Amino acid sequence: MKKNVFWRFLFIGATILIAIIFFLPNTPLFKYMPDWWQKNMPNKGIVLGLDLQGGLHLVFEVEGDKAVKTTVERYAYLIKEGLSKKKLQTDVKMEGAGIRITPSSQEIANFVKENYPVLEATSSGQDLVLNISSKEAERIKDNAADQALETIRNRIDQFGVAEPTIQRQGQNEIVVQLPGVKDPRRAIDLIGKTAQLEFKLVDEESPIAAQLPQSIEPSEEQTVLQQFADKIPADDEILFERKLNRETGVVRKAPILLKKQAVLTGDSLSEAKVSLDSRFGEPYVSISFNAEGAKRFEEITGANVKKRLAIILDNNVYSAPVIQEKISGGNAQITGNFSMDEAKDLSIVLKAGALPAPLKMLQNVTVGPTLGSDSIKAGKVAGVVGTLAVVFFMILYYRMSGVIADFALVLNIVLLFGAMASLNATLTLPGIAGVILAIGMAVDSNVLMFERIREEIRAGKPPRSAVDSGYDKAFSTIFDSHVTTLITAAVLFQFGTGPIKGFAVTLSLGVAINLYTALIGTKSIFDLITTRYKIEKLSI
Amino acid sequence: MLEILKKTNIDFIGKKYITVIVTGILSIIGVIAIFQIAMGRANMGIDFAGGTSVQLKFEQPVPLQSVRSALEAGGIKDFELQEIPTENRVIISTKKAEGDLNKIADGITAALQQRLPDKKYAVDSTTAIGPKVGSKLRSDAAKAIVMATIGILIYIAFRFKFQFGVGATIATFHDVVAVLGLFYLMGKEINLIVVSALLTIAGYSLTDTVVVFDRIRENLTKQAKETLSSVINRSVNEVLSRTIITSLTTFLAAAALFLFGGEVIHDFALAILLGIIVGTYSSIFVASPILLLWKKDRPFAKK
Repeated sequence: MKKNVFWRFLFIGATILIAIIFFLPNTPLFKYMPDWWQKNMPNKGIVLGLDLQGGLHLVFEVEGDKAVKTTVERYAYLIKEGLSKKKLQTDVKMEGAGIRITPSSQEIANFVKENYPVLEATSSGQDLVLNISSKEAERIKDNAADQALETIRNRIDQFGVAEPTIQRQGQNEIVVQLPGVKDPRRAIDLIGKTAQLEFKLVDEESPIAAQLPQSIEPSEEQTVLQQFADKIPADDEILFERKLNRETGVVRKAPILLKKQAVLTGDSLSEAKVSLDSRFGEPYVSISFNAEGAKRFEEITGANVKKRLAIILDNNVYSAPVIQEKISGGNAQITGNFSMDEAKDLSIVLKAGALPAPLKMLQNVTVGPTLGSDSIKAGKVAGVVGTLAVVFFMILYYRMSGVIADFALVLNIVLLFGAMASLNATLTLPGIAGVILAIGMAVDSNVLMFERIREEIRAGKPPRSAVDSGYDKAFSTIFDSHVTTLITAAVLFQFGTGPIKGFAVTLSLGVAINLYTALIGTKSIFDLITTRYKIEKLSI
Repeated sequence: MLEILKKTNIDFIGKKYITVIVTGILSIIGVIAIFQIAMGRANMGIDFAGGTSVQLKFEQPVPLQSVRSALEAGGIKDFELQEIPTENRVIISTKKAEGDLNKIADGITAALQQRLPDKKYAVDSTTAIGPKVGSKLRSDAAKAIVMATIGILIYIAFRFKFQFGVGATIATFHDVVAVLGLFYLMGKEINLIVVSALLTIAGYSLTDTVVVFDRIRENLTKQAKETLSSVINRSVNEVLSRTIITSLTTFLAAAALFLFGGEVIHDFALAILLGIIVGTYSSIFVASPILLLWKKDRPFAKK
């Protein structure tokens, strides 16, 4: 053992060097390193958590039930079309989450069974009730979550955020982390917008259309809807257009009676970009349809000249211009008193596509950059004060041996930061607390050993063998105490959220490294001293 | 050598009344706290209860009362205000989280902008947690506590004989329950970070117990004539100084966190500080006497 003291020091030196290399990217020195170093050596270091660098942590629930409902609605529409093509007289309508066909017949039942095997049919009296199979519903929900993830990723990519994290969590949740976002509100709106673009024909023939009020207060929407709920034709619906008075800034809503069935949707878009109105310099979004969409747009406009076509986004009417003539080429404009940012964000969401189902926000943690930097400052102060307090106490109490323990403590801190940097671990505010606690615990191992060595000296052993037996006898206690702390840290890592995970990481790394520094670090120094010099009395 | 304690010879086992009184009081408070938490009557953090919290940093000092009246006039209901006066920071929190999660936070900033337009501020942080996430975090925390308990139990069972295992387990539970009780008594918020602190205490308080138990075990194998209570007393006295010093160094670090670590860490550090004190007490006054519950005088004799 004694001969390899040199090798042990070499090993300790090497670990320090490696730790420093890994931690270098977190220091201002890294900028001055040569190019080849910055490229080829570790260059990421410790990552700051959202609570320290500021940013957004959002959790959304994808409302998969709505995606299922949309699918069922589409089936209802297709079945209705299919049956009327076959000249089968019947009524198809939505009922709860299913479809009811009144009255049904063997032929209708066969038609549904052949074409829509995912629908489970049960007859109730004369009627046929169709429900989507639970397996298919699960598939749709799962698909919706996948698609939503993809769509959100596209939107964020175009919005431009450095190193976003977008992940699925559980069955229907999506976690979005956006570090360093300046305008959290805008980012949230951008992600959360369903962006379901639809074109619907305005129903001007129904006598109800003329009875609708010209414009109302935004708060009166529900009243109007209730008032006309029973009167409007079954295939129609009322949506509202936002009217902004440019001079007064007053917002009013205009109810519009529309054909429920969308003639064209955002699925047919190929491009969306911001353009400026030549007269007022006001931004608008110009969209282009893909080939199929363009053809359909041409057909619709051709068949409905002099009628109004409403452009609807997420059930809000943006405009409802009168079709002057057949429009070919597949271009259209969405206007609506946008600001530049609004127009830009709208073009982003249209390009990235609609979410397959609305998102419901479950959690929003937004941290501004000042709080983060204040937290880091506070953490540094606490860390320095805590370390100094422990260092001075050890020297005061154990004299030279305390200095050795302090050396181990510093080694511990260096290696801890090196290990975190090598793992590109995330440092959070509780993580800083973990580091500081680990500093307090780090000297515990040495305290246990020193106390044991003192006992051995009291029992009359010479320094050399007092150190050896002190280490041997304290080992099991030290090991036990580390294991119990590691157990709780592991549990915290498993169940904790981001910041708490950071705490678990720093605490467990700190404790594990402590085992190394206490057993190899301080022991080597003691060995060096007791073998090189004839020590009569240990300073302990 | 400098010693906090010279060789001591305190009759810890004889001081059973300390154990009974202190542990009795701490346990009763703790049990009440657990009961109140289970009944939903404790001060739970918004991460568990669901709700919204907005932290603002004002450029100038702002009287809390004016913030309160601005919010009340703005139609914000059932909110709590907390002030960090040295930093001009104000935390507004409400435990309502229905409908649109961002609505309350938006309402708070809108109310302040409208009623206190001359008080400039920056939004430090906004936390809005829906009821679903709240209940998930609650169950996660409960799972974590159960898992940590099982983990510690397995380790103790593996490492110690049965009687020691019981003593260590009871001492560990005692510490966690006591700190929870003290937090409840102080009206502190029970949130995720406090639960993390409690788990850390569970791990750390075991350290002190292990130190004492290791020595008792060692001494039991040495002398066959001594009575168990005298072995325990001697062992506790022998390791008393190191039990106190290991706690003291961690206490120093936690105290630095408590004093300088900032608002978020404050309660966490407080829990750790309390945990260290209670843990040191329990390893001496709770864990060891439990060994005596096995009345046979030398139940752990050499194999």
